[in-house]
Amino acid sequence: MSTSHATVHHDHHDGHHAHQEDHHHEPGFWRKYVFSTDHKMISKQFLITAVFMGIVAMMLSIFFRLQLAWPGKSFPFLEYFLGKWAPGGVLDPNMYLALVTIHGTIMVFFVLTGGLSGTFSNLLIPLQIGARDMASGFLNMLSFWFFLVSSLLMFYSLFLETGPASAGWTIYPPLSALEEAIPGSGIGMTMWLVSMALFVVGSLLGSLNYIVTVVNLRTKGMTMTRLPLTIWAFLVTAILGVLSFPVLFSAVLLLIFDRSFGTSFYLSDIYISGQALEQTGGSPILFQHLFWFLGHPEVYIVLLPALGITSEVIATMSRKPIFGYRAMIGSILAIGFLSFIVWGHHMFITGMNPFLGSVFVFTTLLIAIPSAVKAFNYITTLWKGNAVFSPAMLFAVGLVSTFVTGGVTGIILADSALDINVHDTYFVVAHFHIVMGASAIFGMFCGVYHWFPRLYGRMMNNKLGYIHFWFTFVGVFGVFFPMHFVGLAGAPRRYYAYDAFPMFDSLKDINVVITSFAIMSALAQGIFLFNFFYSMFRGKKASQNPWRSNTLEWSAPVEHLHGNWPGALPEVHRWPYDYSKPDKEEDFVPQTVPLAAGEEAH
Amino acid sequence: MTYFIILIIGLGIYAFAQLANVVQLSSSLKGAPEEEVTDKDNRFNARMMMGMLIFILGFFVWQIKEYSHTILPESASEHGVEIDTLWDFNMWIVILVFVVVNMVLFFFASKYYFKKGNRATFFAHSTKLELIWTIIPAIFLSVIIIYGLKVWTDITGPVESKNGVIIELYAKQFDWTARYAGKDNKLGATNYKLITDENPLALDKNDPASSDDILTKGEFHLPVGKEAYFSFRSRDVIHSAYMPHFRAQMNCVPGMETQFHFKPTITTAEMRKKLNNEKFDYVLLCNKICGASHFNMQMSIIVETEAEYKAWLAKQKEFASKDTPAAPAAPADTTKPKMALK
Repeated sequence: MSTSHATVHHDHHDGHHAHQEDHHHEPGFWRKYVFSTDHKMISKQFLITAVFMGIVAMMLSIFFRLQLAWPGKSFPFLEYFLGKWAPGGVLDPNMYLALVTIHGTIMVFFVLTGGLSGTFSNLLIPLQIGARDMASGFLNMLSFWFFLVSSLLMFYSLFLETGPASAGWTIYPPLSALEEAIPGSGIGMTMWLVSMALFVVGSLLGSLNYIVTVVNLRTKGMTMTRLPLTIWAFLVTAILGVLSFPVLFSAVLLLIFDRSFGTSFYLSDIYISGQALEQTGGSPILFQHLFWFLGHPEVYIVLLPALGITSEVIATMSRKPIFGYRAMIGSILAIGFLSFIVWGHHMFITGMNPFLGSVFVFTTLLIAIPSAVKAFNYITTLWKGNAVFSPAMLFAVGLVSTFVTGGVTGIILADSALDINVHDTYFVVAHFHIVMGASAIFGMFCGVYHWFPRLYGRMMNNKLGYIHFWFTFVGVFGVFFPMHFVGLAGAPRRYYAYDAFPMFDSLKDINVVITSFAIMSALAQGIFLFNFFYSMFRGKKASQNPWRSNTLEWSAPVEHLHGNWPGALPEVHRWPYDYSKPDKEEDFVPQTVPLAAGEEAH
Repeated sequence: MTYFIILIIGLGIYAFAQLANVVQLSSSLKGAPEEEVTDKDNRFNARMMMGMLIFILGFFVWQIKEYSHTILPESASEHGVEIDTLWDFNMWIVILVFVVVNMVLFFFASKYYFKKGNRATFFAHSTKLELIWTIIPAIFLSVIIIYGLKVWTDITGPVESKNGVIIELYAKQFDWTARYAGKDNKLGATNYKLITDENPLALDKNDPASSDDILTKGEFHLPVGKEAYFSFRSRDVIHSAYMPHFRAQMNCVPGMETQFHFKPTITTAEMRKKLNNEKFDYVLLCNKICGASHFNMQMSIIVETEAEYKAWLAKQKEFASKDTPAAPAAPADTTKPKMALK
């Protein structure tokens, strides 16, 4: 405890004085719950923030889905929430775009990047590699605080007079640069840019810390090829983040210059509001290159942790070693590498040179190979297993299904010739929501259910978990699968209404079906929220190793200790996937158990 | 109303708390404290896995049956037919993978659930299997890549001579203007600083090529069977010229000129007959978020015989003609995005 806090909590300090002599000191309230440098607490802070942001983003999606299913119909509660942005309960077209923008931004960055990596990298890296904490507890704390401030800014931007950023989550200039083009590009976009800049800082601090920790602080015997796949995924994710987020930062910085200081990085030959702007020579395409240089690795920053988490859970709960451990590592590395050379597939029809497009077709389709290896390895792990269906296991199986179902349409979209006609239509919306959105959120739920005992020392309720999963799974297919058909009808995304075009009249039914499923899945998340908060305080007390798992985190005491293990750090003698090994009495052998005489390592 | 909602939510949470208590109590009464997941739950979820597979596949088939009529009609352009063939080829592979992999996944999940006394097979690695499912996708993908790139270069490859209609689509918040090259078959030069109410497309009057350019709004016409060479410009933000029936799309980017070309093969009249819909029209939509009225930025496309097209074009005013402004004057002042609601 720092001296400044020691004086504030003087009473507390005295009361434990004797106790303090030979034991680790119990920190005060502020130090323990707020300005904590303990990775386990920081992990929970990330999780709670992400849960809050997730609820916000989900509500926004329901607001705009109502407009899409019943355009122009009055919903009094929309006016209750949105005030002047939904006069008479009908959503305003500018606010519609704002909701779409903020929904995407929050989900991609705050829930699935900050929330997923932040929670599980923090919780699992030290615990699974056998370290006392992150390499730098202080940077780790800063990482969370940057994340929190950026989350609050983004949330606050929803309440601005002129509305939040509304140029789509990809904020392409000039739309995002010119207030005259859309009101949300005023102070709302400034807030977005500031929030994202802070987010990038937080993300970098976190990622650097994760990399250093994994590389340097592995316990004795924990070689790289004995790391659980979760750690491999978090490591590669962190590296992707370190390499790509600074590029987003520079893209954002140049946009700030264009907006505020009259530069013309992205602006050229524009006539708006009755006058010709001075800026000339810039290129909006430059922004897209910079944005997607982050944007595409970002997809895997979101997805890889989910794949890591589910690899671990599928192996543990099937009571079987993960099939093709090295191939799984190889595919993580291959996906990570390829993710840096495919960004142009977002830009086939921007006017980019078609030959360049061809190169990106080639590299993009290559990603299908390591992805296919992953899917088949998951399935082979299930084969002749002994699967225990905890809620986490259900979400892991669900992820494999959504990963494949959403992934295959990527083969269509990566083909530039086919992309011409479905680019920016609902076909794309369907594709990335299933392969990235649903898979990553399934990975996150999987992690929460599986490691809840490690997070809070209690179990979540299984029955509620099952109900949550089945409704969510049906909801995902119900919401996103029909969107393929909407896209094949030629319906563009980010349209406030479709009634201006007679050719879209036939889509009315589909949109009602989609929105109904969306409302159902949103309600199902209520079950999760209840289970989550209820179990935190009233759940059944967790046993030491409830899932009978091999990895190190289950050897640490249920009650959180600063430093994770009392006494010496555990030593590692084997890989993490010795499940149902022949000649062993139990169907699992923790990593801390030495090899028996004559026993073969994996 | 508000209090009522709060009350409902409160009651809901209370009901859940009670439910959770009962469930927890009953599971602790049933014993088996060392098992986190009961045999009953495993069996139930294993069956649900099969149910889920039936749901996914059933829902898929149902949607094909219910929603197929919403899909775009056959391509009305030459290269579009090529795209559609490529699409079908890829789609069969995609559907096959989707169906087979989901079947295997859910089948295994429902078959190999935990049974007491059973033991999972220790099967950690098989180079042969892994090679198989690296190489087979690789072969399929090579075919997809080669076929796809062939179609792509056919469509977007370099144009040697522009033998056909030369036309420009000009985008601004929130409408389109088409500009035909006129008699000299050459589009006149432009400079964005020249925009006025009378000269909405910023044509340079000093360029002789601009005087015979023809500007139209609301709709533009194309002759069937003749290549149409489009170039695209934007006045303010990025727009995207999307002509779904022709499988054509290209972004309109301020500060640069983009291009696309295609050959219409079915006239509007023929398509109306095919679709049995007298009101059908080909449309140009905006497909890049561009502001509040993004959802209502359209232009009709009329494809007709060459004779009809020529007759229509002859009736349009040339840019430099003295009597009236060439195009219906577009208000250049767009301080506030106009609400074009319905």
